Amino acid sequence: MKNMMRKSFKLYSHYVSINVRGMMQYKSSFVLTMIGQFLVSFNVFLGIYFMFQRFPSVKGYSYSEVLLCFSIMLMEFSLAECYARGFDAFAGMVRRGEFDRVMVRPRNEILQVLGSKFELTRIGRMLQAVVMFVYGIMNSDIHWTGSKIITIVFMLLGGTALFTGIFLIYAALCFFTLDGLEFMNVFTDGAREYGKYPVGIYGKRMLQFCTFIVPYALVQYYPLLYLLDRRTSMIYVFIPLLAFLFLIPCYALWRFGVRHYKSSGS
Amino acid sequence: MITMKNVCKSYKVARRNAGFKEACKSLFHREYETIQALNDVSFTINEGEMVGYIGPNGAGKSSTIKILSGILTPDSGTCTVNGRVPWENRIQHVKNIGVVFGQKSQLWWDVPVIDSFLLLKDIYSIPDDIYQNNLEELQKLLDLKQLLRTPTRQLSLGQRMRCEIAASLLHSPDILFLDEPTIGLDAVSKLAVREFILRLNETHKTTVILTTHDMQDIEALTKRIILVGKGRILLDGSLADIKEGNANIDETVAQVYRSYDI
Amino acid sequence: MNKYLSFFRLRFAMGMQYRMAAFAGVITQFVWGAMEILIYTAFYDANAAAFPMTFQATATYIWLQQAFLAFFMAWFMEEEIFDSIISGNIAYELCRPIRIYNMWFARSVANRLSRAILRCFPILLIAAFLSKPYGMSAPSSAVNFILFLVTMILGLLVTVSFCMLVYVLTFFTVSPQGLRIVFVSMVEFFAGAVIPLPFFPDKIREVLELLPFAAMQNVPLRIYSDDLSGIAIVKPVALQITWLIVLTGVGYNLCRYAEKRVRLQGG
Repeated sequence: MKNMMRKSFKLYSHYVSINVRGMMQYKSSFVLTMIGQFLVSFNVFLGIYFMFQRFPSVKGYSYSEVLLCFSIMLMEFSLAECYARGFDAFAGMVRRGEFDRVMVRPRNEILQVLGSKFELTRIGRMLQAVVMFVYGIMNSDIHWTGSKIITIVFMLLGGTALFTGIFLIYAALCFFTLDGLEFMNVFTDGAREYGKYPVGIYGKRMLQFCTFIVPYALVQYYPLLYLLDRRTSMIYVFIPLLAFLFLIPCYALWRFGVRHYKSSGS
Repeated sequence: MITMKNVCKSYKVARRNAGFKEACKSLFHREYETIQALNDVSFTINEGEMVGYIGPNGAGKSSTIKILSGILTPDSGTCTVNGRVPWENRIQHVKNIGVVFGQKSQLWWDVPVIDSFLLLKDIYSIPDDIYQNNLEELQKLLDLKQLLRTPTRQLSLGQRMRCEIAASLLHSPDILFLDEPTIGLDAVSKLAVREFILRLNETHKTTVILTTHDMQDIEALTKRIILVGKGRILLDGSLADIKEGNANIDETVAQVYRSYDI
Repeated sequence: MNKYLSFFRLRFAMGMQYRMAAFAGVITQFVWGAMEILIYTAFYDANAAAFPMTFQATATYIWLQQAFLAFFMAWFMEEEIFDSIISGNIAYELCRPIRIYNMWFARSVANRLSRAILRCFPILLIAAFLSKPYGMSAPSSAVNFILFLVTMILGLLVTVSFCMLVYVLTFFTVSPQGLRIVFVSMVEFFAGAVIPLPFFPDKIREVLELLPFAAMQNVPLRIYSDDLSGIAIVKPVALQITWLIVLTGVGYNLCRYAEKRVRLQGG
């Protein structure tokens, strides 16, 4: 088991390195795409900035607190997009029949799909997130403790897992139809865009949805309350890790999709 | 040894008529049509055999290859490859097969070919010494020396195909599936590929299953052909069985297709 | 003219084929709109006095924006056009007795129209039935509605002519992808797709309103929601027309120049 994990990890690093080397063949395109990634989320940032020029706070959250929230969400998303881009681009893989190739190789399908694409350009977005994060921290008067730092680490882990799960659902759906999957954008790009504000400001219903159905609030709203000292129970530190449970149904759906693929062959 | 017994496979295909009204209707209600891709297909292929699997487009060739390589599960019938059911233990099964899809590349587009080979070494967990031996041999036989340091995208089609074939053989599979390996190649490359396949079969006793539309491939490589049409096996024998007088091979095969109304 | 019309028809029919995608698009846009409205509700609760538009006008602006997304989104450009320029297939197009600029223009308008027409009605319908002030208001008068339609068409044409400029500039650059991303992000923001222009700080807004970006969605959406009315309409509409002429003029001539270069250098 341990040996297999090690071998899988070695193979995955090999995939990453080949992806990166391939990308470096097109340096200018790489840099420009990275800048583009930066610009796209910079737009969202500017939107927040101008809104807060007009309004001092929203539902009790100040500008720097919102930035902190947005930057963590953006980091989670960029990390997931960076290494799980293979799922995001899975429709093309199925359409081009490349998944057959995955099936004739003696490795786990998920590992191979993950390895098929490693999108380093997402660093652009990551960079933007880090800048906002630092700005948010410097301007908010959060009293930092060890448990708060752990909370942030857990948020990043849980959030990355959550978005990976959503990408996995998207990929699994590709086995059944390639048509109309646009609605999945709601859960990926939509969550990234609207996750800029703490879920709580969208009202009680939305908070319930984001707690029990697609658990964004677990990696965003609840731990944020702890960071901002609105909650003090240590439970809030560990809440983000619950997002890993979300991966279970996602994985089940993927298995179901692979089975369907094996019986329909398309 | 490969055996297929009474294998059937059908697909459901959504169907709709032309026209805007029909289009709207299909939004809510869809009609399905069942297509019989394989209908009671049985054959046995022995170790070290080289078989041409031919038939017109849509005859069921690729369904068969997919079943044998573990990608597809049939509706009924049995199939074993070296004693294993391909779709039941995919990972164990595919360790022993190599597949070349003529129309799709398995090499990474932007990096030198050797980098792709090294990745395949990791994917198949090929031990160092076996990898070195195989690489050397393939490099010599397929004349890859100059090509390995070149990024795939800069290779000509013929060069790329030689690399593709090598890539599928690095892990010394017992069975090699070749799906249209000579498509689009120039004369020199075609001959080189054919010669290599013959050699491989001779020296390593690799079982080769070849699908192609190029009848000269068949003539040059295989003694045995399995001809499929409309999901059924129409002929399992040698080219000589169907050849009449001096007719050239394309005419012969076309004649067979016509006689079965396909 | 006829050939462009038939080209237009063909594209339009093609766009209408993707119904599942349209259905998914409607859902996506609806959720997007709802989320936007929830955000503005939260800000309205925070400080209603700081709102530059009435809440009703803001909600209407958002629903219209979602319904007619395909008209105004700059990122909705055509891969095929970029590909044909980069791969050099454009040479075949040059063999036909058609002006490339006109053909692409017709094609882009048709694409956007077909996409929007399938998607706008369900969104408008649902938005109209939502409770006040979260839903969409009816047009305040017939004149208002006609003005909205006219300026929306002008806005669509300005958007397309701006995208045309990006296509044409592709001829002259090594990294079309980069060029595209920069332009698209710029349009998105300055056109009021991220936040409506009235929400910008006044000084910045005054400058932005003169730029071609403001001549896209900003004018029609604000006219419909009565945020712009009376004499204040004249200037933005005049700007729309001016920018349309300038952008198509520049684009057309640049395209002719690029064609000549392709002919000389063989693509």
